[in-house]
Amino acid sequence: MFQVRIHGRGGQGVVTAAELLAVAAFDRGRHAQAFPSFGSERTGAPVVSYCRIDDHEIRTREPIDAPDAVIVQDVTLVHHVDLFGGLRPSGYVLVNTSLPLGELGLDDNVAALPGGHVAGCPATELALAHVGRAVPNVPLLGAFCALTGEVPLEALARALRHRFAREVAERNVAAASAAFDLVRDLEEAHRAPTA
Amino acid sequence: MLQQLEGSRAVAETVARCRPEVVCAYPISPQTHIIEALGAMVKDGRLAPCEFINVESEYAAMSVSIGASAAGARTYTATASQGLLFMIEAVYNAAGLGLPVVMTLANRAIGAPINIWNDHSDAMAVRDAGWIQLFAETNQEAADLHVQAFRLAEALSVPVMVCMDGFILTHAVEAVDLIDQAVVDSFLPPYEPRQVLDPDDPVSIGAMVGPEAFEEVRYLAHLRQLDALELIPSVAEEFAALTGRASGGLLHPYRLEDAETVIVAMGSVLGTIKDAVDARREAGERVGVLGVAAFRPFPIAAVADALHGARRVIVVEKAFSLGMGGVLATDVATASPASGPDLATVVAGLGGRPITRRDVEGVLERSARGTLPRLSFLNLDEDVVARERARMAASRRSGPFAENVLRDVATGGARR
Repeated sequence: MFQVRIHGRGGQGVVTAAELLAVAAFDRGRHAQAFPSFGSERTGAPVVSYCRIDDHEIRTREPIDAPDAVIVQDVTLVHHVDLFGGLRPSGYVLVNTSLPLGELGLDDNVAALPGGHVAGCPATELALAHVGRAVPNVPLLGAFCALTGEVPLEALARALRHRFAREVAERNVAAASAAFDLVRDLEEAHRAPTA
Repeated sequence: MLQQLEGSRAVAETVARCRPEVVCAYPISPQTHIIEALGAMVKDGRLAPCEFINVESEYAAMSVSIGASAAGARTYTATASQGLLFMIEAVYNAAGLGLPVVMTLANRAIGAPINIWNDHSDAMAVRDAGWIQLFAETNQEAADLHVQAFRLAEALSVPVMVCMDGFILTHAVEAVDLIDQAVVDSFLPPYEPRQVLDPDDPVSIGAMVGPEAFEEVRYLAHLRQLDALELIPSVAEEFAALTGRASGGLLHPYRLEDAETVIVAMGSVLGTIKDAVDARREAGERVGVLGVAAFRPFPIAAVADALHGARRVIVVEKAFSLGMGGVLATDVATASPASGPDLATVVAGLGGRPITRRDVEGVLERSARGTLPRLSFLNLDEDVVARERARMAASRRSGPFAENVLRDVATGGARR
């Protein structure tokens, strides 16, 4: 089972992100379960959503306390929420940022992850450029596809086209694809032998 | 067709295929998505003929449902938590009058303290109202139960409540095979009311009944609940023959063969418990699960039969009766076979507190060691409780205890 935890704030599409991921995984014939953890339902409040992906029926209903991947939609949460709690030693971290990751003050859990398992993605900028709204969820999912390979970009694109009306869907697909390319290039640079 | 859907959406789509003629509800989390979706379907004509009636409160929602049902309409509503309590007089009336309203209860805790998250306090608060109460384990079952609910309600002239865990199911996106319209139509005949307000053939419904007949009228309602014990399994079997899905019925036994220890529970936590039981089975322990799918009427004989070989029974329930203990556990104790297994109640998941596989395995370990008390509260922080008890003992004006506990939890008990 592959378990994803998504942190963000109300209004950033945190719940939608987990749902889209589940639909994309389902599209590939896999079992998937997405669910939110609501606190106060208001814009700006910290929100967590979860997505499980497996090749077998998923019966458990417990929150994900040992994720294989953590997506951080809003890096200002870093001092308020235990973003990386329980993260598996071989896990992945994806952060919405246009800054170099080293400047974010992420904790030791992240530093200890394997090479190529941590990436930053300027998702808000990509969303503004392609969709026209500062909602970083979809670009981060595109980046997630590149980082983990758990869900192919084409499946995400189909989930987006299923969810949104035509023009909005295509803009979101473009945002996800741009984020995918950025992170794939980072990954390839990481794998390339240093000259 | 198998689709990846939010639970609320799956329920709304399924209810629409049951062709309700009146949908009437007042929004309250976590039920709102169901009603919003049905409202949209009525508005765009996908659900027709159907009248969606906006009301000003839950009390009005159930009152309008009663009126619609008495006028012969197939009637649906949904609520949760405080909303259910606000309509409670009308909830009793719907049952007492024998009106087959179907209602989704998106299970949520009851305040105070105010809490929007899941537990079963709301369903337990109306267990004696005369409704059939069915509990869903998954979103597939929640959807399927609504089709069976209309069939049961109308066959028996008894209202049916489909209980599904708020947020955990209502807001979970998972695969659901939505039932075909043609299958619903073949399974669910048009509503033929036993009583109807018809100007051409007038009757009055809602008589004042004095001591000369009240007991007989109530006993007749009890007999209809007992009739439901027969009908619920046969309706589930017929549904399974049409769809291939084992949704509904009285009980969901899992790995009970040769089980010495059996956990009894209701609703979505059964999935987590099954995972725990599989793990303990792999370790060679003889453990099983009994899911209670029909809580009212309570299947006393079937529970007794299912627990026949058990030495230890652990009821894990998301509600309790203050000053007494488990609610489901009391019913299970009544049903327990004369051989008398040890019965323990574990109150868990109150106000949305997670129940994990590790928690359930811990309960099984304590049970096996003989250290599980007759009544316990899962993951209760005894230190927090002790500190508030100490504050209350130290000062008459110790203040509101919910606020005190919140402050204590936030500061880890540090002095302010």
